[in-house]
Amino acid sequence: MNDQRPFIIIIVIFLVGLVLLTKLFMIQVVDDSFSRKAERNAIQRVVDHPYRGLIYDRNGELLVYNNPIFDLMVVPKEFAVKDTARFLNIFGIEKEQLITAYNAAKKYSWVKPSPLIKQISTTDFAKIQDFLIDYPGLFITTRSVRSYPTPIAAHALGYIGEINAQQLERDTADYYEQGDYVGLSGMERFYEDELRGKKGVKYKMVNVRGVDKGPFKNGAYDTASVAGTNLTSTLDRDLQLYGEFLMQGKTGSVVAIEPKSGEILAFVSAPFYDPNELTGADFGKNYSILNSMNSKPFLNRPIMARYPPGSIFKIVQSLIGLQEGILFPETTYACNKSLVACHNHPSPVNLFGAIRNSCNPYYHQAFRRMINREVSSNTFKDTEIGLDAWREKVLKFGLGGRLGVDMLGEYGGDVPSSKLYDRVYGEGRWKYSTIYSLSIGQGELLVTPLQMANLAAIFANKGFYYTPHLIKAVDGDPTRIPQKYRTKHEVGVDAKHFDLIQDAMAEALYGTANRAIIQDLVIAGKTGTAQNPHGEDHSVFVAFAPKDDPKIAIAVYVENAGWGGRAAASTASLMIEKYIKGQITRPALEEYVLAGNFIY
Amino acid sequence: MREADIPINRVDWLVVIIYFALVIIGWFNIYAAVYDSQAPQSMFDMSINSGQQLVRIGISVVLIILILAADHRLFENLALPIYLVFLVVLLLTPIFGKEVNGQVLSIGFGSFRIQPGEFAKFATALALAKVMERPTFDLTKTKNQLIAFGVLMVPVVLILLQPDTGTAMVYFSLLIMFYREGFPQRYYILGLGFIALTLLALGIENNLYLVIGIVILALILIFIGKTSWKRTIAFSAIALVMISYTYSIDWVVSKLPPHQQNRIMVLFNPNIDPLGVGWNVTQSKIAIGSGGFFGKGYLQGTQTKFDFVPEQHTDFIFCTLGEEFGWFGSFIVIGLFVALLYRLVIMAERQKTRFSRIYGYSVISILFFHFMINISMTIGLFPVVGIPLPFFSYGGSSLWSFTMLLFIFVKLDASRSQQLGRIN
Repeated sequence: MNDQRPFIIIIVIFLVGLVLLTKLFMIQVVDDSFSRKAERNAIQRVVDHPYRGLIYDRNGELLVYNNPIFDLMVVPKEFAVKDTARFLNIFGIEKEQLITAYNAAKKYSWVKPSPLIKQISTTDFAKIQDFLIDYPGLFITTRSVRSYPTPIAAHALGYIGEINAQQLERDTADYYEQGDYVGLSGMERFYEDELRGKKGVKYKMVNVRGVDKGPFKNGAYDTASVAGTNLTSTLDRDLQLYGEFLMQGKTGSVVAIEPKSGEILAFVSAPFYDPNELTGADFGKNYSILNSMNSKPFLNRPIMARYPPGSIFKIVQSLIGLQEGILFPETTYACNKSLVACHNHPSPVNLFGAIRNSCNPYYHQAFRRMINREVSSNTFKDTEIGLDAWREKVLKFGLGGRLGVDMLGEYGGDVPSSKLYDRVYGEGRWKYSTIYSLSIGQGELLVTPLQMANLAAIFANKGFYYTPHLIKAVDGDPTRIPQKYRTKHEVGVDAKHFDLIQDAMAEALYGTANRAIIQDLVIAGKTGTAQNPHGEDHSVFVAFAPKDDPKIAIAVYVENAGWGGRAAASTASLMIEKYIKGQITRPALEEYVLAGNFIY
Repeated sequence: MREADIPINRVDWLVVIIYFALVIIGWFNIYAAVYDSQAPQSMFDMSINSGQQLVRIGISVVLIILILAADHRLFENLALPIYLVFLVVLLLTPIFGKEVNGQVLSIGFGSFRIQPGEFAKFATALALAKVMERPTFDLTKTKNQLIAFGVLMVPVVLILLQPDTGTAMVYFSLLIMFYREGFPQRYYILGLGFIALTLLALGIENNLYLVIGIVILALILIFIGKTSWKRTIAFSAIALVMISYTYSIDWVVSKLPPHQQNRIMVLFNPNIDPLGVGWNVTQSKIAIGSGGFFGKGYLQGTQTKFDFVPEQHTDFIFCTLGEEFGWFGSFIVIGLFVALLYRLVIMAERQKTRFSRIYGYSVISILFFHFMINISMTIGLFPVVGIPLPFFSYGGSSLWSFTMLLFIFVKLDASRSQQLGRIN
């Protein structure tokens, strides 16, 4: 009767074994979702952020570095204090502070570390580090923030911040992750790829409570981070600092360039801010304060502000006239104030006198000859042809388009073409009398202070320029800077034509900018006044010095400061003296500039 | 005495080999479960579980030698006294034992502690064999049925007092032995139907579907074949009982303590509460499931190592195996268990005395139940009940009780030629 029962029992045993193995096969081999869940459980990807590259000035002075910030972390489970009074004394905190932080840590996690004291300074860290061993459950973590030993050149250096959504989207190489810090402006942004270095990745194992259990597969999949490349900037720290000193409380720009290389020596955009404000924990708060200020400290004026070039443009007109064979040094026009207003000076004037006295009617008449060459019998057509031919020559001076400085957000300014006037007045309905204000740098012409400084460099170089740039060397190697900053641009005017211009500019100081004169240093300069329909005119001055061996070319804009001979010329002169002599011999002039009362 | 008559030469070496294979694989897995890659310790280090388990394995070997050296009649003669001693110990455990998590499982002095619930298994098996060995003992008779159940239920009740539901459940595995010894088959069919209905009632959200199914089934049975009043009434009554049972199940479940309720519900839907009750099963499945075909390699597991799986060296030891040795390792171990059980059935059937056979089937029943339930719970086929995997799980009491359970049978088998054939 029971004969079959042992077999039934055996069958049941085998069936159970089969069911178990089938189910195991399903979850182990067929369904791979468990493997992924296991990885999510136990393997944590930790990004090893590289040390961002440093930025030095042209003389090797440190401009930007990474400042370590120390946070004292606590693991509540391991933390124990026997002598509370001693602890508070060593770590320099109040009892309530300790209790609050400790309770917050406990609330977050019993076994994971939380900050107990945030942002400990290096000196405090040195003080406490020997005592750390006495307190289990305490350790220090290091973060680093950008820091500026001399708080200058905020606009040129730029700042870093958390990557935003659009930047993440543009990052097709998938290098960045949410929360990464990237350069958002200035050199930090332009040279992001050099400065950022290369992130490393560590795979570590964690247990169920998130406690670190060492590297996954002994670090077989880990990659080391590579520190960012150090950059050398063309900026001169002392000159930059002095420029900002002079421009404090004012609105405007100072751009100084080394003419023979296009290297930007000083790049002041006023009002400016302390770059240290946009680092660390207060970034968000300070950013919104600065961003909402009426004075717009974030506006990068040297490359974003556009003004009519004014009288300074007359030099460009002179050069084009000379090169075209329309003007000669002896070409003479009367100062005919019925054509365009002028101030009182001897008349008639030759070219030298026209530059020296900044004679408006002279250029009105000269420009007409440049434009209307009678290539067409139709005066409208003739003007159109003449304007476009003239424009091509002006563009070669780096005007009417972006220069390509190594900062984002540069504006190109404007040199109008026939198309613009066609659009405004209709084709064939405008002629020289419509556009004559271009002759004296007014009208539709717009240039940026950077372009203006570049013009000064062109005058200094007698006809060529290198695109202005902020990068001097990558990792100490000057040949690693972008090729475009090592390419010479000719402006298409022969060097011989510049001699007269330079002489006239040196002479002009005695007529229009006495304040700029330095006894034993010959400065060639030209004042300008950018007309401002909203208030006082902007004071403009361009110069280079020494005249015979130019080391610095400079453009200074001081907004609402009236005539160029006062604020801008004084500032430029001080900057030149500072750069070439290394010291200021005219404290009275410095005081005059600092006082800022230019209108009287 | 002929050579074959010396008991040691008649020991079934296949069983011994499988036993040691399982114990050693288990020991390696216990080391893997506690292994910390950051602070690796020797497998033999006494401060960790694997070192302690090695000592327990050593003690097991001593137990094996003692059992094999003993007189085979000893077990038959002492069956009832051993049983009674353990009943007394079980009775004393809740009073003098150490309470852990609301349960009092162990008793002892100082660091030496045993779990009487584990040892009472082989004591009960011996007692049942002794009680049921009489030729006149017939499990189809109500009186004998009551006696057998009585012997079985006393330790169950005492263990439920601890309370240890998992271990108490194990005793019911002896129903497999009852089956072999002639307990009427209809009870098993009834029982299995009962379990099936229970699972359906719990598994199907809306009882109405189940009721409709039962009614249709009853109508089919009533109208197939010869229709008679007697038949109609019988099937209607059964259907009515089933329907009322279906509804009472939900009521009973709702009266259970919440943790047991959850353990049952998680079986049907592990996603009910993946971080709470479902955690054990979910993590256990992740650990095993992430093993793949050949596993992650010895000591390379991440889930079991980093405490994602609770009780990883005791009840969930199979996870370590599944994770580090994959399906292949699982196949080997399950294969070893099936082979062992198969071999034990063969051995039980060749016994000359009823005592030996009954005891043999008790061993089979208990081992089979542990093996089936333990692995099933790690892969989500059965609710989580705290019972160990025989020979594998960490712990002295379980290893020693399984060793004694098994080797008393090995001894009885080795001595079968010296026993008087009384088999019927």
